[in-house]
Amino acid sequence: MSRSTELVEKTLEIVGDRAEAQVVAKTGTSELTRFANSFIHQNVSDDVADLTIKVAVAGRVASAATTNPTSAGIESLVSSAIAEASLQRVDDDFPGFGGPVDPVEHDRFDEPTATVDPAARADIVKDFVDAGEGLSAAGMCETNSWYVAYGNTNGRFTDGRHTTAVLDGIHQTGSSAGTGHSAGIGIGSIDGRAAGALAAERARAGRNAFDAKPDVYEVVLAPECMATIAEFIRDDGFSGRSARDGTSFVTIGERRFDPGVSLIDDAFDSRALGLSFDAEGTTRERLALIDGGVTPTLLHDRRTAAHFSVAPNGRAPFAGEGYTGGPTARNMFFKEGAATEEDLIAGVERGIYVSTFNYCRVLDKKSLVVTGLTRNGTFMIENGVISGALTNLRFTQSFIDALAPGNVTGVGSNSRFANGEEDPAVVHTPSFHLAAWNFTGGTDG
Amino acid sequence: MFDRAEIAVQAAMDAGAAYSDGRAVLDRVEKIEVQNQRLRSLNEQEKVGVGVRALIGSSWGFAATSDLSDASLRACGAKAAAVAKASAVVSGPPLDFPEIPATTATWETPHVENPFDVSSSEKVDMLLDITTTMLAVDGVDSAYGTVSGGDSAKWFVSSTGSAIEQHLIEAGGYYKATAVGEHETQVRSYPQSWGQFETGGYEVIRAWNYQDHAQRVAEEAVALLGAPQMEERETDLILESSQLALQIHESVGHAIELDRILGWEAAFAGTSHLELESLGTHRYGSSLMNITADATIPGALGTFGYDDEGSPAQRVDIVKDGIWVGVLSGRDSAAVAGLTPGGMVRGDGYNRIPMVRMTNVGLLPGAGTLEDIIADTDDGVYMATNRSWSIDDKRLNFQFGCEIGYEVKNGRLGRILKNPTYTGITPQFWGSLDRLAGEPEWVHWGIPNCGKGQPMQVAHTGHSASPGRFRNVRVGVQA
Repeated sequence: MSRSTELVEKTLEIVGDRAEAQVVAKTGTSELTRFANSFIHQNVSDDVADLTIKVAVAGRVASAATTNPTSAGIESLVSSAIAEASLQRVDDDFPGFGGPVDPVEHDRFDEPTATVDPAARADIVKDFVDAGEGLSAAGMCETNSWYVAYGNTNGRFTDGRHTTAVLDGIHQTGSSAGTGHSAGIGIGSIDGRAAGALAAERARAGRNAFDAKPDVYEVVLAPECMATIAEFIRDDGFSGRSARDGTSFVTIGERRFDPGVSLIDDAFDSRALGLSFDAEGTTRERLALIDGGVTPTLLHDRRTAAHFSVAPNGRAPFAGEGYTGGPTARNMFFKEGAATEEDLIAGVERGIYVSTFNYCRVLDKKSLVVTGLTRNGTFMIENGVISGALTNLRFTQSFIDALAPGNVTGVGSNSRFANGEEDPAVVHTPSFHLAAWNFTGGTDG
Repeated sequence: MFDRAEIAVQAAMDAGAAYSDGRAVLDRVEKIEVQNQRLRSLNEQEKVGVGVRALIGSSWGFAATSDLSDASLRACGAKAAAVAKASAVVSGPPLDFPEIPATTATWETPHVENPFDVSSSEKVDMLLDITTTMLAVDGVDSAYGTVSGGDSAKWFVSSTGSAIEQHLIEAGGYYKATAVGEHETQVRSYPQSWGQFETGGYEVIRAWNYQDHAQRVAEEAVALLGAPQMEERETDLILESSQLALQIHESVGHAIELDRILGWEAAFAGTSHLELESLGTHRYGSSLMNITADATIPGALGTFGYDDEGSPAQRVDIVKDGIWVGVLSGRDSAAVAGLTPGGMVRGDGYNRIPMVRMTNVGLLPGAGTLEDIIADTDDGVYMATNRSWSIDDKRLNFQFGCEIGYEVKNGRLGRILKNPTYTGITPQFWGSLDRLAGEPEWVHWGIPNCGKGQPMQVAHTGHSASPGRFRNVRVGVQA
């Protein structure tokens, strides 16, 4: 029995019959090694013990959280949550807590990662740095190991554990930068030398960059860019909360995307990281968010599911997951195509290759118009080959229109976990070739 | 709680640290959210623990734990030293960390009503009334409101003998009305779109008279749906003070962070267009531009007594008469750059390593009023309340969107314009500043969600501003 499981059982025991309640406990260790100017400058470790409770007292609801899971701390947590709930009006939309669930086989845990020595992260950093001789490296290598348990007064109980390892870095020449990434369940899957070599190659290729005239261009978007697009259409499109609030662009069954685009959220994919259940203890069932260009369903927690009179599908976020606080997807996989990234580039007569987006912000939720910049590797493509490096560009572009029917002219076969704007390693994606992308500014504005 | 931090610091020193400091922290946050006349969430969060830093060679090691037993704290201190030592595999030049005088002190945020002493039901009732008012306006699809209060107690100790106890209190919130059209959404909020937060008690929220603006906010959201689109062109731009505060935050505040200038944040947050060689000579903007970083302003969100490495709160000139003259720094970054430490290092709770953060980076006021500025403008636009913000990793190329715009013609405000945006390049933009309203319209805006660092840290920063005018700015950029 993990410490998280013990904490959940102990907390529910203290609640007794004073209230309906659900409890989530998360324990484990998060460690991160940062490097800059080609040496490690910060190395941090955090032993985590988070306990969260939500109570309902005759339909009155409140929640509380603490990092102090001692007996006194739990008693205080329970008492304050019940006291706060008792002061409130009845929540007519409260969907209640779920009933018992069947256990499922799911373990995304790597023991060596859970017990990793900081020297192992330092070795990966060294590989990354050494891959760019003469360049200046910066980035981070992170390992996490989590034990999470959920329980409620209706008899629902589930627990799990998972590990993650992420490397994210850049090499810089002084006038250019290139990026490299690697992520997986275990630290053994992190290839610092390969990520460093890609970052160094992009950085060197980025020298002598010139300004491109802002205009509409064909683009080949590397996996990091596609991860950001997936996160934004998830939060403002597929989330049941966005749909409930009327701000989502999604109409179930309508073809808003190109038939070549399919996006699955699947915690049970063998490559998936994370847990098999959400913050309400509901199993994260496999969902197609885009199936051949059509969205067949939305992401729901218990509250949005009740609003739409459907069953919850296990997308209630744990603390810190997602950007909006609403239902979210944590294991998104774009269906890949047959083309290599070189093939995609070869199909472009005159366009732009983008390694990474930076600082994307939504201008309008319904149309999902987003402004952002390119970063760490932007290149001109002419007659099917990279012809030179570009300075960073600003774009103002609807992410829905970007994947609209007819605009997706190629999907790569180079799928991997990519770090989007919001999270590392929640999107597994190849590169995409898009017919049109609206660049609205360059380094001179 | 001093003794808890001391155990961890001593363990780090025993394990070979050249210097160590630690913080025992008890953070309490209450957040209430109401949507469409329903309580969406009422959440209280308590975070308590100890974080300890250990400096060995070129690297900081940092470890944190919420287990406050002696054994756990000793292990935490030893771990901080161990992870610092592991950095030797990829080491740099030894980090200079200048001594500062050992300090024994206490400090507390002046306040009237601790936010936790005000009943949550009073706060919920206020927000329910406001969302009821907004939803009653025909065309409003969603009404949302939130208030928060924070109470943070910190006990700082260092291996050089400092012992500082602080009690920081803050409060804030906002509400918004959303109107949804066939292909667009329009939003208006009050006091500003991410909330107005200040140090102080619940009197902060009372002072903004939330209920008085709900009807107007809702009506403006609906009116925006039927308003004409702002035309893309170059024109004179007048910014309301909360938008100018965010402009300061993004295009000045982050650019002057010394850790960014030194490349320590290059991979994630980014670097800066500023180079230390030009400190004291680089023209950042027009002669109207006078920026200070002042952690001593009463009531401002970035105000405290001491930073998280024991340096006292300070006021530092950043831009003087348009010339860049100062940076945001800590003891290590200042030593590397050969500058005086600025006392601007803070960590997000007990479990994050302290780093350079903005305090209150504000633009000193000018003269006259917003009304005077509008009256002095023949052809331009006025924009208010931030809706989107984006800027590159060197803090040069930015694009902001606001909730509402107005045309300005012949010295008067004209029609409402929807989807107002403007874009520019930092030095050119600040160089075009030619009017700035005076002290009566100077507001200490607070930003509660400044993200930086890995793992991500969220800082609360202040930005004083009055309305200002910028000449020949590109506005109305569209997809």
